[in-house]
Amino acid sequence: MIEQVASPRTQQDSTLDHSKLRISAEEVSAYDLSGRQPVLLGFFISIVWLLIGTVMGDISSFKFDRPDFLSEQAYLTFGRIRPAHLNAMVYGWASTAMFSVSLWLMPRLCRTQLRWAGAAVAGILIWTLGLVIGLVLLLAGYSDGLEWLELDRVWADPLLVVGASLVGASIWKTLSVRNVHHLYVSVWYVAASYPWFAIIFIAGNLPIFQGVESAAVNWFYAHNALGLWLTTVNLGLIYYLLPKIIGRPIYSYWLSLIGFWGLALFYALNGMHHLIGGPLPSWMIATSITASIMMVIPVVAVGINHHMTVVGRFGAMRYSPALTLAVIAAMSYTAVSLQGILTALVSVNRITHFTHWTIAHSHLGLYMFVTLSLFGGMYYILPRVLKKEWPSTRLIRMHILLTGGGMVLYVVVLGIGGVLQGLSLLAPGQGFEASVASTRPWLLLRSVAAVIISAGHLIFAYHVYLMAFTQHGSARRHPPFFEIKPVLVRKKAP
Amino acid sequence: MTRLLVLIMGAMATVIFALVILVVLPKSMLSTLQAPPGLEAPTAQQLAGRQLYISNGCVYCHTQQVRDPSFTADIRKGLGNRPSVPEDYIHDNPHLLGTMRTGPDLFNVGSRLPDRNWQLLHLYQPRALVPWSIMPAFPFLFRHKAEAEPGDEVLDVPQPYAPAEGVIVVTEEAEALVAYLLSLKHDYPAPANSIPENDNAEEAQP
Repeated sequence: MIEQVASPRTQQDSTLDHSKLRISAEEVSAYDLSGRQPVLLGFFISIVWLLIGTVMGDISSFKFDRPDFLSEQAYLTFGRIRPAHLNAMVYGWASTAMFSVSLWLMPRLCRTQLRWAGAAVAGILIWTLGLVIGLVLLLAGYSDGLEWLELDRVWADPLLVVGASLVGASIWKTLSVRNVHHLYVSVWYVAASYPWFAIIFIAGNLPIFQGVESAAVNWFYAHNALGLWLTTVNLGLIYYLLPKIIGRPIYSYWLSLIGFWGLALFYALNGMHHLIGGPLPSWMIATSITASIMMVIPVVAVGINHHMTVVGRFGAMRYSPALTLAVIAAMSYTAVSLQGILTALVSVNRITHFTHWTIAHSHLGLYMFVTLSLFGGMYYILPRVLKKEWPSTRLIRMHILLTGGGMVLYVVVLGIGGVLQGLSLLAPGQGFEASVASTRPWLLLRSVAAVIISAGHLIFAYHVYLMAFTQHGSARRHPPFFEIKPVLVRKKAP
Repeated sequence: MTRLLVLIMGAMATVIFALVILVVLPKSMLSTLQAPPGLEAPTAQQLAGRQLYISNGCVYCHTQQVRDPSFTADIRKGLGNRPSVPEDYIHDNPHLLGTMRTGPDLFNVGSRLPDRNWQLLHLYQPRALVPWSIMPAFPFLFRHKAEAEPGDEVLDVPQPYAPAEGVIVVTEEAEALVAYLLSLKHDYPAPANSIPENDNAEEAQP
């Protein structure tokens, strides 16, 4: 059985001997095995966080429609559940799953076994411990008071830094002993994400900022957590999955270079567009607006690269849930980035600032892009690490339909509600009541969408349980999806 | 790319460049600001109230900033008599500028709604005063007692939000939070040498 690794070649030119890129299934299998422990650990912990974060998100959403729902206890109040939801999703679900994705990708792309796997396991456990401590303190009322940086800076944050650094050490150690000459684009994104995260997280948590400086560093961090951590690892994953599943190389090597360095240069400067109109020096805001507009370069480069790799092969999505989710995630990355650029324009921002539009935007990014990409990664990676096949195509279909459909509804209704709210906030003749009234039906629909998405998450968690812990996902002789049969459409009667 | 050194040095250079532009430079420029004469340093009680504001996540629905009239309707809607400037926040650690106006801006709530009893009841049950409000109630900031003891301040809760029996007593926490809210008054003139945002809308227009 010959399996082809995602090659660093371009479609146009290659200095590598193609035959040298072909490696045996046994060899690939050995790479997967070397990271088995941390990869599985990370995935299982992340799914637990996904469920916890979903419940907290649902409660937060219901509270908009029923403000007196669960208001007796301090730890259930909206202002604690909502940041707990965000932190559970960003640091629990997405980040932990991204650890696993990185630890699985790196050995394959470096053609060597994962090094320091024990450190990676310890890192994931320490990270989880830090997050548990931080969330318990947050619900108990101990918050640093900065959005995305709520977790306690004395007890929780040092553990998170140590945890991520240990995983990062394993990644970089593996990278340093690589057996390939060329670094594939996924390697750039994944490897750079770890030092980036450490720098921005430590800078964001330094207790030396006062007044508007603290707002500046707050949004420097919060935006870069998305740009230099969540985005980058997932772009790396998508860059791996698309060519790998379709079986042809990435469209353009040069576009991937532009995409990577453009993102590194411009994304890091974007944060202040969250403070447009705020009491900060105007040059800072102007810098971020300019950098936001410049983001069009890396976004379009990555977009063309992703979409041109798949174009003409969309039919393959019927056979692979991983490809389906990776393609939706890649499209969402383009969409959310263009929306972000649009939102940074002053004329749009004056309407959408301070409204639920921002929440719709962040869910388009954190869910349609990051979460769906991670689901796709899990559909691809888990069978290879567990050596089992997914038991049920029906559950896969239901999961994708519920989460994808629910989130489209969520983003659309909240986007509409946000614009109406924003127009109302700008109309001088209208009282504040009007802006509340204009959002209420949309907030109710948002809760409906939240329930649909939650159902999708339960199905996914159940499916993972079936595969990993029962005999339903029987051990298989062939690699997953070896038999080419449709997964996402019903099999036609012969 | 084939070199790890290029990758790591390049990645570090870009993020440190951004860090200098957006964090280090503002820190050095803004650290010389002086508190305006009209802005008082918070008392211990107001700081305790501020801490409650943070721990109960008020910032997720309320902003504390007034934006320029050329750009928004903030001033016409009575949120303040001038846009906020960096000096207004000199005592704030951390900042509470906020990103959502699910609820109204609170930068001048102390001037707008100076009635202490209104604030207390509004925290206990917002809908007792504002029927269309979607703000959560904060009953846990108050104590439900069978009967008032000497020294207790009883909150006058109208039907149908009053408890079936017993009384609602104001706690130190509720008092502190209200003291903080009432201290949010920024109606003194903006310092003359401030870095104003007045031209932000024009300058920032790409």
